[in-house]
Order: sequence, then C-alpha cells, then structure tokens
Amino acid sequence: MSEILLEVADLRVTYPGEGGDFAALRGIGFALGRERLGIVGESGSGKSTAGRAIMGLLPPSARVGAEVLRLGETDLRGLDEAGFRRLRGRRIGMVLQDPKYALNPLLRVGEQIAETHRTHLRQGRRAARQAALAMLESVHIRDPARVYRAFPHELSGGMGQRVMIAMMLIAGPEVLIADEPTSALDASVQRQVLAILDEQVRARGMGLLLISHNLHLVRAFCDRVLVMYAGRVVESCRASELAAARHPYTRGLLAALPDLAHRRARLPVLARDPDWLEPVR
Amino acid sequence: MKPVGWQAWLLTETPGGRAQARAGRWYRNLRRFARNPLAMSGLFVVLALIAVALAAPLLAPARAVVLQALPDRLLPPSLAHPFGTDELGRDLYARVVFGARITLSIVAMVALIVLPIGLGIGLPAGYFGGWIDLVLMRLTDIFLAFPRLILALAFAAALGPGIRNAVIAIALTAWPPYARLARAETLSLRAREFVLAAELQGASAWRILRTQILPLCLPSVIIRLTLDMAGIILTAAGLGFLGLGAQPPSPEWGAMVASGRDVLLDQWWVATIPGLAIFVVSLGFNLLGDGLREIFDPRAA
Amino acid sequence: MDAAVAGLRRLLRLILSVAATFLGLTLVTFVIGRLIPIDPVLAVVGEHAAPSVYRAARARMGLDLPLSVQYLRYLRQILHGDFGTSVITGQPVLTDLLHVFPATVELSLAALLIGLGLGIPLGVLAATRRGGAIDQAVRLLSLFGYSMPVFWLGLIGLLVFYARLGWVAGPGRLDVGFEDMVPERSGLLLLDSALAGQWDVMANAAAHLLLPAAILGLLSLAFIARMTRSFMLGQLSQEYVLAARAKGLSRRRVVWVHGLRNIAVPLITVIALTFGSLLEGAVLTETVFAWPGLGLYMKNSLFNADMNAVIGGTILIGVVYIGLNLLTDLLYPLLDPRADTGARR
Repeated sequence: MSEILLEVADLRVTYPGEGGDFAALRGIGFALGRERLGIVGESGSGKSTAGRAIMGLLPPSARVGAEVLRLGETDLRGLDEAGFRRLRGRRIGMVLQDPKYALNPLLRVGEQIAETHRTHLRQGRRAARQAALAMLESVHIRDPARVYRAFPHELSGGMGQRVMIAMMLIAGPEVLIADEPTSALDASVQRQVLAILDEQVRARGMGLLLISHNLHLVRAFCDRVLVMYAGRVVESCRASELAAARHPYTRGLLAALPDLAHRRARLPVLARDPDWLEPVR
Repeated sequence: MKPVGWQAWLLTETPGGRAQARAGRWYRNLRRFARNPLAMSGLFVVLALIAVALAAPLLAPARAVVLQALPDRLLPPSLAHPFGTDELGRDLYARVVFGARITLSIVAMVALIVLPIGLGIGLPAGYFGGWIDLVLMRLTDIFLAFPRLILALAFAAALGPGIRNAVIAIALTAWPPYARLARAETLSLRAREFVLAAELQGASAWRILRTQILPLCLPSVIIRLTLDMAGIILTAAGLGFLGLGAQPPSPEWGAMVASGRDVLLDQWWVATIPGLAIFVVSLGFNLLGDGLREIFDPRAA
Repeated sequence: MDAAVAGLRRLLRLILSVAATFLGLTLVTFVIGRLIPIDPVLAVVGEHAAPSVYRAARARMGLDLPLSVQYLRYLRQILHGDFGTSVITGQPVLTDLLHVFPATVELSLAALLIGLGLGIPLGVLAATRRGGAIDQAVRLLSLFGYSMPVFWLGLIGLLVFYARLGWVAGPGRLDVGFEDMVPERSGLLLLDSALAGQWDVMANAAAHLLLPAAILGLLSLAFIARMTRSFMLGQLSQEYVLAARAKGLSRRRVVWVHGLRNIAVPLITVIALTFGSLLEGAVLTETVFAWPGLGLYMKNSLFNADMNAVIGGTILIGVVYIGLNLLTDLLYPLLDPRADTGARR
C-alpha cells in the first residue's frame, strides 16, 4: 500500500442517554491509502457513524475519542468546527445516499457545485462557474450548461448523484467518503455512478471509503473490505480474499448471499452470537 | 427504585390484556404530564378558574358585585377592597370573582356549540367522501378564509349585544378548524379493520360514525379545543371591551377593562386587574393545551 | 407542455376558489344584514306611517322581492362598489372606507415589519440553539403573546410609556397642531409627510405610531418566531443540510442561506396570516389608541347601528383576506420551482 491518506485507530463514539450511554463505535481502526476501501455492515453497525465522525459531522451530543485520527499530516482529534470546516470539501468530501434529498431543492445545481469552489478556493464567481461547468463535463454530463441551470427535482437520480459527486470533488479533496452512494438508484444507473466514482478516484489519486450494506457491490468494486458489526470491525481483508474470511459473522453474511449458479430453496438465517460484541482477541 | 404493586402492573412491558395496556399508557402519559411544570401550572390555573366560578358566593358576597357605594368610588386596593373599587364604588374583588363564572360559561357554551357543528360536518365528509366531502369541505374552506373576529363582530352587532349573542357569534366563526380536524381523523380511521368489520356486520353508517369513529376522534378534537380556549376567551373579552358582549352591570372582565379605561391614568387598578385576570386565565389554557399536545402529538411541539 | 397545462389548471382552480370564497363572503354578509332586529323600512318611513305608505316604501327598497332576488341585487351592488350610504357620515360607505383604510394599513405594516424583523431572526436562533436561552425565551414569549388581550396591553402601554415615562406620543395619529398640514397622497402619514418634506410632521407621526406598532409587532412576533422556529427545525434535519456542511460551508451560511431560502415559502403564508389578523385586530387596537382607521370606523358604526358601514368594512377586510390568500398562492411558484410541476414533497 502506498502513502497513507487517512489513518484511524481505536475510534470510539458514544451518545449519552437516559438509560446509560450508547456506544455507536467501540474502537475501530484502519488505514486508507490511494485505494478503494469498502465498509460493509448491517444498519446500526456504525458504518455511517464512522464516516461522519471522521468529518466532524456528528451531532453535538456525540462524544468522539480516538487514539489516532489523522488526515494526511493533520490530526483531527480535538479539531474545532472552524478547523473541520477548512477540511470538509477541500481535503475530504462526502457523497450521500439520495441526491433527491442531499441537494438543496431550491438552488440551481450548478450554483451548489460552484459554492464549494467559492468557499474553498475564493477565486470569484466567474472562475467558480467555469470550474463547475468543467466538473459537470468530467462526470459525463452531456449538456453542462443546461444542467447547471437545472433544479434538483428536474434531474434523474443518476444525474443527481453525478452532480453530488461533482459538488464534493470540485475543490480537489484527497479522500472521498461515499455513504451508500448507489442505494437509492436503479440497478442500471448504479453501475454508471460507480464507474464515474472509480474513474474520478483513480484519475485524482484519491482514497475512497465506500460505505455500503451491499456485500456483493463492495466485493466487486473495492480493493479491501472492512466488515463491521455492532460498532466494531470484525473482519478486514482484501476483497479478493473475502471468500476465505474467518469471522463467523462474515461467513454468515456470505452464506446468506443469493447465488444464481447454485439455486437454493431457502436462504439461511443469519445467526448472531453475543460473543461477537467482545473485542477480537 | 423499582416500581411495585399497582405501579408495576401499570408500567409492565408485557401487559396482560388490552385494558392493562391502555391503563398503562394513560398512566405513563399522566406521569410525563406531571413532570412538565408549565403544563401543571396551566392545569392549576384552569382548575382554579373552575373552583372560583363554582365557589364564587363563598369567596365574595354576591350583592357586592352590583352594590354601588358612590362615597367609596375609585378606592385603591386595601384590606377592605383587595383589588380596590371601580367608578361606581363596586368592589373589584367581588366582580373579578363573579366574572370567572361568565368567562367559564362563555367558554363552555362555545365548546358545546362548536363541537357538534365541527364533528357533524367533519365526520360525514371524511367517512362518505365523494361529493359530500367536496361540498362540506368547500364550505369549510370558505369559512376558514374569512376574517373571524370581524365576522363575529358583525354577527354580534346584527344580533344585538349580550352574552348569548356573543357566544353564538364566536361559535359561528370558530367551527371550521374542527371540521377539518374531524375529517382528517375520520379519513385515517375509516380504512381500519375494526371499521371494516363493523361494516361487514351490517352496521349503519350512522352507527359506525357514532360508536366506532367518534370516540377515537374526540381526544384530538378536545386537545385542539383546549388550545383554542385562550383564543375564545380573548375574543369574548374583546367583544366585551367593545361593548358587544355582556352588558352592564354584569361583571364581565373585558367590559370591566373598558370601564376602567377612562380613569386609567389616575386609578390604574380599575382596568389593570380585570385585564390581568383575562391574561392569566388564557395563559393557563395555553399552557395546559401545550402540555397536552406535547404528550399526544409530539411532532407538533 | 405538461407544466403549462398544470399551470393553467392551477390558475383555474385558484380563480374558482377565489370566486367561491367571495360569493360565500357576500352571502354571509347578506344574511347578517337580514338578521338585524331593526326594520329598515320603519327607519325610513317612521313609526306611525300608514300601511300603504309602509308597503310602498318596502316595495321601493326591494324588500318585498324573494330573498334570492334580493341577494342577487345586493351582489350586483357590491360588485359595482356600492355599499350604500353611511348613516353617521352621510357619505357613500366606499368613500369612507377608502379614506380610513390607509391609516390601518400604515399601522399594520409598521407592526408587521417589527414582527418580521425581530421574529424571523429569533425563530431561527431558537431553532439552531434548541433548548438554549433564546429558545426558552421564544417559547415563553409566544405563550405570553397568545394569551395577551391586546386591548389591555395597549392600555397598559399607554399608561406606562405615554403617561408615566413620556417616551411616546399619546392616542391618535398626530398632535392636534400637526393635523392637516400635509396633503394626502397615499394616506400613509409617514410617506406623505416625507414627500412633502415636512420633517416635523413626520417625527410627530412616528412618535404616535411607535407604541401601537411596537405592541402589535410584539404580539405578531410571538406567532412569527414560533412558526419560523418550527419550519427551521424541519429544514435542519434534512439531508441537504448535512451535505452543505460536508462541503465545507459554515453553519451560519447553511442556516441563513440554505435553510432560510427553504422556509421562505411557508413563511409567506405566515406573513399573510399575520397581516390579516393585524387588520381584523384593528377594531380593538384602534379603539384603544384612538387611531382613526378602519377599525375605529367600524367600531363607531357598530354602536350607531350603521349596518351599511359595518357590512362594508367586513367585506373590505374579507376581500383583503381573499387577496392575501391569492397573493400567497401566486408567490409560491416564484419561490419554489417545484410548485409548477406539482413535484413538491
């Protein structure tokens, strides 16, 4: 693995609650280079919390702690809002699930892309507009000038997600976190969006953190995979070696995948073991 | 502390039957309500209003309400007259106490008129749908788009002053939101299994509306009514202030403020004290309604 | 194409609803006019008129016709701007109304501006610092505002700020010495005196306007701030807010640019409602402040059984209500591009 862009060790997130604290993340760690790293897990496993903790986007009530939380040379631990603000969009971006909700419905999409440029690069409106048009073109939008003036509701899901990617990449971040970027899209559009993500990440030499509940997708798309369960990483391996995974949860997930080649009457039910909640020894 | 006995029975996570589950839910809501100090003080004010209205003759001599004593006119608050006296020498304390009866009866009468009208229009509109719904809701929308206070004024002016006409005027302009609410509730209830079951058993529409839907609509309508009480009190007091509500010498609070207006600069208490009574009572209803809404409809809070 | 058809249908529906509401308004006022216990014929011919004279007068006034015909006549008169003659002033009611209405508009607008200027920022701050000091203050303020008898607060205000402290001018729109000094153009005194360059008149008018506008503004603020808060809370939990922060925008920009843009649409309705309630509340406030506007005019008419004037005023305010509703509906698509296609969530 090449140079490390993002390094996380023992990241913990807890929410104080009336009936005791709730631990959303109980010490996860990984290092991300110029690669595509997938995080899979069921809902509630903490995978989205991890992405948001790295970007400092958790609600104020969340308590975040880590042994290491580093973006390049920048220590993210104890960074204040202003510090995070300078990093977000500029050095680390985030693509959300559904462009229908993740874009401001009342602003033209081009302006929303240009806004990132203006916020970080401060080269004026005209330069931001030019950059946004170029960015739209590079995510394979055929008529950038028309799309620039469109409102989010006038775009299809696939177009919207390209706009979202453009908005997050225009200021040239090193790391992109994609949180279920294709879950809201039709199957045929999913591939296109993934291809665009892949192309951009490679061309820019970025690190990509792909968060998904879809094991198939992550296995096919990513270089390495982390499997999360109940706020902890239970498995970490190369995507190609996933078939040889050891942890019973991962094995259970794999066994539950439907398989066209071997037709099965009934999919197995995933059995859970309270032991998985304990740290791996 | 672990709940024991009847508390444990009420708070159990695994109720033994529908009655227990329902009782438990009520008890939990009650505890949440009791922990909200603003709502509790609202409840206190409303209960105090009712108590004062009921016990008025015990709290002040009834004849003091109209007893004129010109030598004692415009006395400041003192031991003999805790709230002072007005321009005719009447004891303001006795008048405020007996005024509670008027306020309470206006509120109750408006509620008694508004509820049947609102439910009578909203329930059939929601249940039957189609052109009945269209006509009834169009009518409701038209009334909703009217300036309510002005219409109430015009009604009161046409009918002639007096409490009864003020009540009618307020009620005639206050029903549309209830019709809308009842319709919305009915719409959500009418497709539920127990209504369909009753239909299959051959129950008439009238019977279903009365026995199945009406009881389930009532709570939200009553919460809405509590929230509206303050508005009703303020409108009634406004009519009284303008001279269109209760007529002298009746101790209606709004009319009392009006009569204190002329002596406001020198004898501030004459207008201030009845006005304060209006404010406290509406505040009480608002606090109570707010607390109820927070429990039964957390989204709107 | 579809958008054009949808737009046309929307417009048609709008026109129908305006027409229906207007007809409803005239019908209700017509009924109110018939409810008066006073016999309008007797008022013309006198108590002791011979039956034949009475019948002739009754026929002349059209009161022997079927009610439906009477209503249609009434409707035609109203559509021609004929509200009859005021008993008190002896002038056509419409002339009176147009003369007094600007004073009410001036007061209501001033109050609305105060309410919006303070209420929207307070509501936004309450939403962004939920549970904080401002949030609690807004909550208490709106509870107080919803419970306050405006006529009483006005009296207390006069007592404290005019009589005791002398910070503001007293009842009325102007001191006696300043009356009729500026030519009436818009009927809004601040504007007219500025146009005439009469700065001392303007200062006096402002001193009179300050207290009633502040009190009404404070009460509108209660509603505006509370609605702003709840709209903004709804927006802050949206995904696009998270996305906007993820691209590096400051919280301030997210709230005041992205969030505020989105609550502008529902706020229009709140503003229209507030303005409407200020207009109808004028009957009470103008009575307290001796403000010579529509409210005071209606109050005086009420007491002299001048039903033409009362009904004329009611219709005027009703028409303004309908106009405000219409305006809101027309502004929606301008502020929300989704409204055209009906794709709004």
